[in-house]
Amino acid sequence: MSGGVDSSVAAALLLEAGHDVVGVTMRLWEGDVEGTCCSVAEIDDARRVAQQLGIDHWVFRFTDDFEERVVQPYAAAHAAGLTPNPCIECNRHLKFDRLLRRATQLGFDAVATGHHARVRSENGRMQLLRGADPAKDQSYVLYILGQEQLARCLFPVGEITKADVRARAAELGLRTAAKPDSVEVCFVTASGGREDLLRARVGLRPGRVVDATGNVVGRVDATELVTVGQRRGLGLGGGERRYALSVDPAAGTVVVGGLADLLSDTVGLTGLTWVDAAARGAVLAQCSAHGPAFEAEFDGGLLRFAEAHRRVAPGQSVVLYRGDEVLGGGIAA
Amino acid sequence: MTVYLDHAATTPMRPEAVEAMLPYFSERFGNASGSHAVAREARKALDEARDIVADCLGASPGEIVFTGGGTEADNLAIAGRHAARPGAAVCTAVEHHAVLHACEALPDARIVPVRSDGVVDMDALAGVLDPSVSVVSVMLANNEVGTIQPLAEIAEVVRAAAPDAVLHTDAVQAFSWLDVVHAASPADLVAVSAHKFGGPKGVGALVVRNGITVEPIIRGGGQERDRRSGTYNVAGIVGMAAAMQATVAQRATTVERVAGLRDRLADGLLAAVPRSSETGRRVDKIAGNCHLCFEGVESEALLMLLDGAGVCAAAGSACQAGSVEPSHVLTAMGVPAGRAIGALRLSLGSTTTPADVDLALEVIPPAVERLRSAP
Repeated sequence: MSGGVDSSVAAALLLEAGHDVVGVTMRLWEGDVEGTCCSVAEIDDARRVAQQLGIDHWVFRFTDDFEERVVQPYAAAHAAGLTPNPCIECNRHLKFDRLLRRATQLGFDAVATGHHARVRSENGRMQLLRGADPAKDQSYVLYILGQEQLARCLFPVGEITKADVRARAAELGLRTAAKPDSVEVCFVTASGGREDLLRARVGLRPGRVVDATGNVVGRVDATELVTVGQRRGLGLGGGERRYALSVDPAAGTVVVGGLADLLSDTVGLTGLTWVDAAARGAVLAQCSAHGPAFEAEFDGGLLRFAEAHRRVAPGQSVVLYRGDEVLGGGIAA
Repeated sequence: MTVYLDHAATTPMRPEAVEAMLPYFSERFGNASGSHAVAREARKALDEARDIVADCLGASPGEIVFTGGGTEADNLAIAGRHAARPGAAVCTAVEHHAVLHACEALPDARIVPVRSDGVVDMDALAGVLDPSVSVVSVMLANNEVGTIQPLAEIAEVVRAAAPDAVLHTDAVQAFSWLDVVHAASPADLVAVSAHKFGGPKGVGALVVRNGITVEPIIRGGGQERDRRSGTYNVAGIVGMAAAMQATVAQRATTVERVAGLRDRLADGLLAAVPRSSETGRRVDKIAGNCHLCFEGVESEALLMLLDGAGVCAAAGSACQAGSVEPSHVLTAMGVPAGRAIGALRLSLGSTTTPADVDLALEVIPPAVERLRSAP
């Protein structure tokens, strides 16, 4: 229970379904937080909802794993010119590994979260599907789940729309009913941003912005903050629209080019994980949390899109679907 | 059935304390600072309570400053002393945060390490002392591991190396178990908290020996001889006095009885659970403390299982959010992280029964085993 409306309602729905429910808030981050789930205010909200529902509430301190498995790799990825997705790493290592293991250890059958996604059992195999509310679907950040984990996961609010979630929360008089959705990375503060965190952890170095022929066309204060596909903030002035095509913090360069140069019809995937069997052939590929899914062919390493699209920033997760079903995914090379 | 083994966190209120307080919530509601009949009634109760508290702490009534609890008493001792005579603040690395953070908030805080048994390192203490030191704070008994500090010996070192320094002792955990009149006598300032010995929460006291000056940290109407302003918490103070009196009257027999229960609990668990260890030396501990570490187990998970089985216990100090924090006490004692993560503090009190110990002995070993055998 993060202290948000989705996990609050998830707990309420489980109780209605007759489960024996205990609320848990993971304490992951001890740095500055502004209204994100590790702040005392959010933990207070989670506890108060648990009290309203009449269930026990515990706080698990997993700050060591979060630091090692999420924050450090996040900073290292930026230092290497990649665009990481820390929420996916948190799901992979914290929610659906450390927490799931702790729950099993304590004798619980499953861990439920407030994610908008659905789990189905089909002929003894677990399936992961998009949530019932297309606008709020969060299956993208769950592609790292496998059969064993899905067998012990519940996503109660994935079966209903976000509007219904809020309506249920209001009906139940839950204090979180009208809380805004969290959208930011929880350990990045609104005031200092990515910039402060990365400056403190890996240092920020200025870089040259060059075109395909190596001419210096602009400057950036920090190559570590540049993402492939980025257009603004490259010090390019006016003229034709140009985009970051590649980022190399070690060399201190960002290569830019026009929209045509940014388009690509392939992306290599590493660190593949599968919900069930490894998939090949025709898939739908989604390259960001709320982006569109494109038609593509996957050969086991290289993903070939039916049409060229803006290239996927290295480090981003690419999730493969068949219809609404998550097959698995990997990280863009 | 709930077995309560967290008396170091707080104790159930003694019936005599509850009974003594009740009239001051209703008919005797007066403000003890006034002069009319209703006020005088409250004043009389306050004065009598002050006499009792002074007697139980080996002080004169004028040396007692009532506070809003142990944390405030510790802060008054350290910040108040520093304001009266600025200088370095010295404390041990195993102090309660009320002392540690109060010292660290001052410009020159010097933290003294402890030995692996939790007792202050005398050479290190002598090493940080000099005439610029304003206050030295050493707890009488530790809240996590129960270690008693040799205050008389510490006082000698302080007097020799920092003659102008005052010695403060946080006796919050010690009061139930030690003859504080004697044990805290080397200290100039002594802090206690009512709810640790069967009194109400939100009331405590600081002994400020005659001749020692502390500046107030809470200013206002000048109560407590200008050392702590605020309307007297008459009910709370009366409750604290009643709880103190009962604690002192029964202390010798309680200590003997609870030490026996604690020994049975600690020895039983050490025998039943492989890869378990006791923290600190038992001869140096207060009778109510049983602190063990179980390797290969996480305290958070163990506490949840024990709670489910009806045993209320703790790992150390809890943070505001309610999670288990790594213990600065175990770190200071050099307990390896792999052992510290499986810390369990069982703290017994005057209401602990042999049946409580029986249930704890029945529940804890299989809980540890269950956590160890989980995938």
